[in-house]
Amino acid sequence: MKVPMSWFSDYTDISGITAKEYAHAVTMTGSKVENIQNPGSDIENVVTAKILSIKPHENSDHLVVCQVDTGDETVQIVTGAPNVKEGQIVPVAKHRSKLPGGVTIKKGSLRGVESCGMMCSHEELGLTAADLGYEPEYGILILPQDTPVGMDIRDYFGLNEDIIEYEITSNRPDCFSVIGLARETAVTFNKPFKVKKPTFTEKGDNIENYISVEVRDDEKCPRYTAKMIKNVKIGPSPKWLVQRLRACGVRSINNIVDITNYVLLEYGQPMHAFDLRDIAGGKIIVRPAAEGEIIKTLDGIDRKLTSETLVISDAEKAVAVAGVMGGFNSEVKPDTQTVIFECATFDAVSVRLAAQRIGLRTEASSRYEKGLDINNVIPAIERACELVELLDCGEVAGGFTDICAEIKPPKNHDFRPDKINAFLGTDITTDEMSDILTRLEFKVDTEKMTVTAPTFRPDIESEADIAEEIARIYGYDNIPTTNVSGAARGKKTFVQLSRDKAMNILTSCGLNEIYTYTFTSPSVFDKLRLAPDSPFRKCVQITNPLGEDTSVMRTTALSGMLEILSHNYNHRNEKAGLFEINKIYIPKADKNELPSEPEMISIGMYGGKIDFYDIKGICEKLFDNLCIENVKYKAVKNNPSFHPGRTAQIVINGNIAGIVGEVHPDTLSNFEIGVPCYAAELNFTEMLKFINPERKYKGLPKFPAVTRDIAMLIDEKVLVADIEEVITSSAGKLLTDIKLFDIYKGKQIPDGKKSVAYSIVFRASDRTLTDEEINKIFDKIINNLEDKLNAELRA
Amino acid sequence: MKRQLQEIKEAVEKVLSGAADLEALENIRVEYLGKKGKLTAVLKGMGKLSSEERPVIGAMANDIRSFLEKEIDEKKAEISKKLQDIKLKSEVIDVTMPGKAQAMGKYHPLSQVMNEIKDIFIGMGFEIAEGPDVEYDYYNFEALNIPKNHPARDTQDTFYIKENILLRTQTSSIQVRVMEKQKPPIRIIAPGRVYRSDAVDATHSPVFHQIEGLVVDKGVTMADLKGTLETFIKELYGSETKVRFRPHHFPFTEPSAELDISCFVCGGEGCRVCKGEGWIELLGCGMVHPKVLSNCGIDPEIYSGFAFGLGLERVAMRRYDIDDMRLFFENDLRFLNQF
Repeated sequence: MKVPMSWFSDYTDISGITAKEYAHAVTMTGSKVENIQNPGSDIENVVTAKILSIKPHENSDHLVVCQVDTGDETVQIVTGAPNVKEGQIVPVAKHRSKLPGGVTIKKGSLRGVESCGMMCSHEELGLTAADLGYEPEYGILILPQDTPVGMDIRDYFGLNEDIIEYEITSNRPDCFSVIGLARETAVTFNKPFKVKKPTFTEKGDNIENYISVEVRDDEKCPRYTAKMIKNVKIGPSPKWLVQRLRACGVRSINNIVDITNYVLLEYGQPMHAFDLRDIAGGKIIVRPAAEGEIIKTLDGIDRKLTSETLVISDAEKAVAVAGVMGGFNSEVKPDTQTVIFECATFDAVSVRLAAQRIGLRTEASSRYEKGLDINNVIPAIERACELVELLDCGEVAGGFTDICAEIKPPKNHDFRPDKINAFLGTDITTDEMSDILTRLEFKVDTEKMTVTAPTFRPDIESEADIAEEIARIYGYDNIPTTNVSGAARGKKTFVQLSRDKAMNILTSCGLNEIYTYTFTSPSVFDKLRLAPDSPFRKCVQITNPLGEDTSVMRTTALSGMLEILSHNYNHRNEKAGLFEINKIYIPKADKNELPSEPEMISIGMYGGKIDFYDIKGICEKLFDNLCIENVKYKAVKNNPSFHPGRTAQIVINGNIAGIVGEVHPDTLSNFEIGVPCYAAELNFTEMLKFINPERKYKGLPKFPAVTRDIAMLIDEKVLVADIEEVITSSAGKLLTDIKLFDIYKGKQIPDGKKSVAYSIVFRASDRTLTDEEINKIFDKIINNLEDKLNAELRA
Repeated sequence: MKRQLQEIKEAVEKVLSGAADLEALENIRVEYLGKKGKLTAVLKGMGKLSSEERPVIGAMANDIRSFLEKEIDEKKAEISKKLQDIKLKSEVIDVTMPGKAQAMGKYHPLSQVMNEIKDIFIGMGFEIAEGPDVEYDYYNFEALNIPKNHPARDTQDTFYIKENILLRTQTSSIQVRVMEKQKPPIRIIAPGRVYRSDAVDATHSPVFHQIEGLVVDKGVTMADLKGTLETFIKELYGSETKVRFRPHHFPFTEPSAELDISCFVCGGEGCRVCKGEGWIELLGCGMVHPKVLSNCGIDPEIYSGFAFGLGLERVAMRRYDIDDMRLFFENDLRFLNQF
């Protein structure tokens, strides 16, 4: 909402307050100022001047030499404009003047004749035809004959003024009006505030002789009023009105339309003007639209309506979409003679939905949808009548149509100053509270201790709202700052601490944390090569997504990770190690239930000399440092996203908790990655169940350990895990550690075999082990390896 | 004998001065002072001396021995030092060459700022609450005093899953869940992802992060709200930062305020960054609306509280001078490694 500051003088006194002081003060009482504009600020030294004489130019056929009276001197100006005549008043940019667009005018000579400035067109002054209220002829802007000479052009056009632009919050429909903002202004500066009651004279006849109004839905239209204007003379509006509209960002159309717009701005109450000739059957009916009914709105567009939308119609057809926009068919035309002013209250929700449905948000609908004061209708339509008289553009006919549902009396609220002070943490006196509320036009009854809000304040619903009114006018700045009393201990939960720890471990492993979108495209399931019946394809779908690529909630974090790896690969980052801890979304069978949202740890790596064991090593470190034991890795061949021979399922205590592996080359090419990638996806929520931080100290060994190495030839398909299982189960309690230190295939090793070598460490806690003891155990291990795995001991 | 001893002393002194390394020194020691050395040999002849002479010669011999031992030790120390000097000189490296270290990953800048904010609030006695991203309309809107058809729903362009299920547009939904479960005193922050149907550009993202705060107890005042947030801002932005509370409107708080901080570029003078105002809008806050309290089963006649919410991306962008929000979700390593 934009308002020129000078308009407030109609209702209150803001003399001596600069725009900047004003903006700060009203911002701090709740009317946030977005910015201050001064449209004349780029014009300087341009005045109204009278052309005294015009002589031909001695060296040119198309130039003329004018003597011009600028009020304080007579100057010579050379112009080529075709439309100037002696005696006219025109805008003159004098020597050393400025015009919009950074133009500077200086004395100069045109074909040898001195010219001390320039006469201006409206465009050169930065004005449009709409700003003027009429289409001027081509050339210099000719001002009316009664224009005073020597006047600053900014003052003449009302450009030299500060226009305040406000951010109005949705709870304050009253502030979408000059009067509402003037009231806030007056209260802020503690100045008197008065709105003059409109007056006008009715000139015989009666609206009832021409029009009858029927409201068929008084919930959606609680009040409908109409006045008739006869002998209308459509024409341009006077300068002051055009200027005020312009300052508020509204284009001047003609006097009648301008009046409705002026009232809209001043009172915040939308109005509409119909041409009586176009109201068929002399009937105005407020009714639901017929399903599929089409209306051409004022902007010339055909709009199809549904039965939920309220229209204003005549005996035959819709003439306006209620509260949104008038119809093309009944608009005011240059030859309109009789006008019906409509001024009505429509239900906020109904207008909001109607505007939404037809995709048209107007000045009117944006006000209605916030809920307008039913009591504001009468002063607004009376003001329109007053303006008709003032502009002398018609005669107000007698009679007044007012179809009004029952007006509910405003609610009384308890007025408890102690409670309000306790709530705000302040010490404001009852008198001061009462004064603030009274200035805001609340009714305070200090005997019954009640407060009643004015009807233009639908936002006041409870004591807290009254507290806010007091607080904002008292000044938020004046409320003390204190600390919440009572001790409280801040802490993180087990899950949060574990998550922090996991992040710590993963960054220690050299991985960078990433943030990816949690919604994705359903096509990622194809990119991940998932089977058509894969359960991952069952996902939570967004009904109104921005686009297909963000239309489903992800069921795997792998695609997000691969997309980021791809981004980095394609931006020539030669290697990457990344992780993310974030949710996936698994729908429940019952669609009315929220999906489960387990947190996943995803890891992705490429580049450098890494292989499967690097990423597996990170997983191992993660489990170890999180105190998760009993983790097994089982080869998986059939995960379509991963390499069939280089992928393992991670199993904790028999529960599947994730997957780690080399990404399948076809998956990689789907994500446009040209190097091998390794990825893991671990279910962090599942992992949490197995965190066992309770660890007990084991005494440091007092007796030496014995290490024996063993090397064997074994079938290459035998897994290291199987060998270790045999060693562990054969070795008994004295086994302390087994370390794989060599795996070899190739020269000197028969085809289909591999050589595997281990260091096996034994120790007893109570004695030094003897060779005999070790030999016995070692023999058992060898025998079992030979029997169970067909291993062949190497010398 | 005296002379012999004297000669030995002189001889040793002479060879010592010529000894160049530790080996030569050791040879000298063995030759003269060793078990089979020359001094020992001389002393062996002591038996032949008279009883008067013996102690005199004995004392002299001991003196000479300890003198020579000292001389040799000194020489040894001198040579050792020289050798070490040479060695150290030969070991000079270029200390300006880059260091070697195990690669260490980094936290995403959003996490770094989030952790800082969490730490500040934990220090002030807050706990951290979490809640689902996919949320019932009730928790996201209705319980927060934003009924169906409320205009505030338009401004928070919502992604819907079903009529009554949506992607939360604010972490205020967690507020409601906490209040339903926990009796006051409540002191929480609720960080999390939120979703709004904004097309992606430099300052908009359909996914971003909010940190919501809530305090409910008997006797919590608006002055407490001001005090708590001022402390937070000064911790986050430094103690010189000025704070102002400006009336605003949110459906779920009453009174409501927006908190502005003095412009970090001009310090309040007014510049391009703050559009000449000297202030930058940072967060929304207010006293919890009594309807919200009673919706959650908390009696507003007994309890009161305040709530606030701020956008993480905004804070991080300001902190690091980042001008494009998309960078956060692109995760280019050249970006991530800067923080």
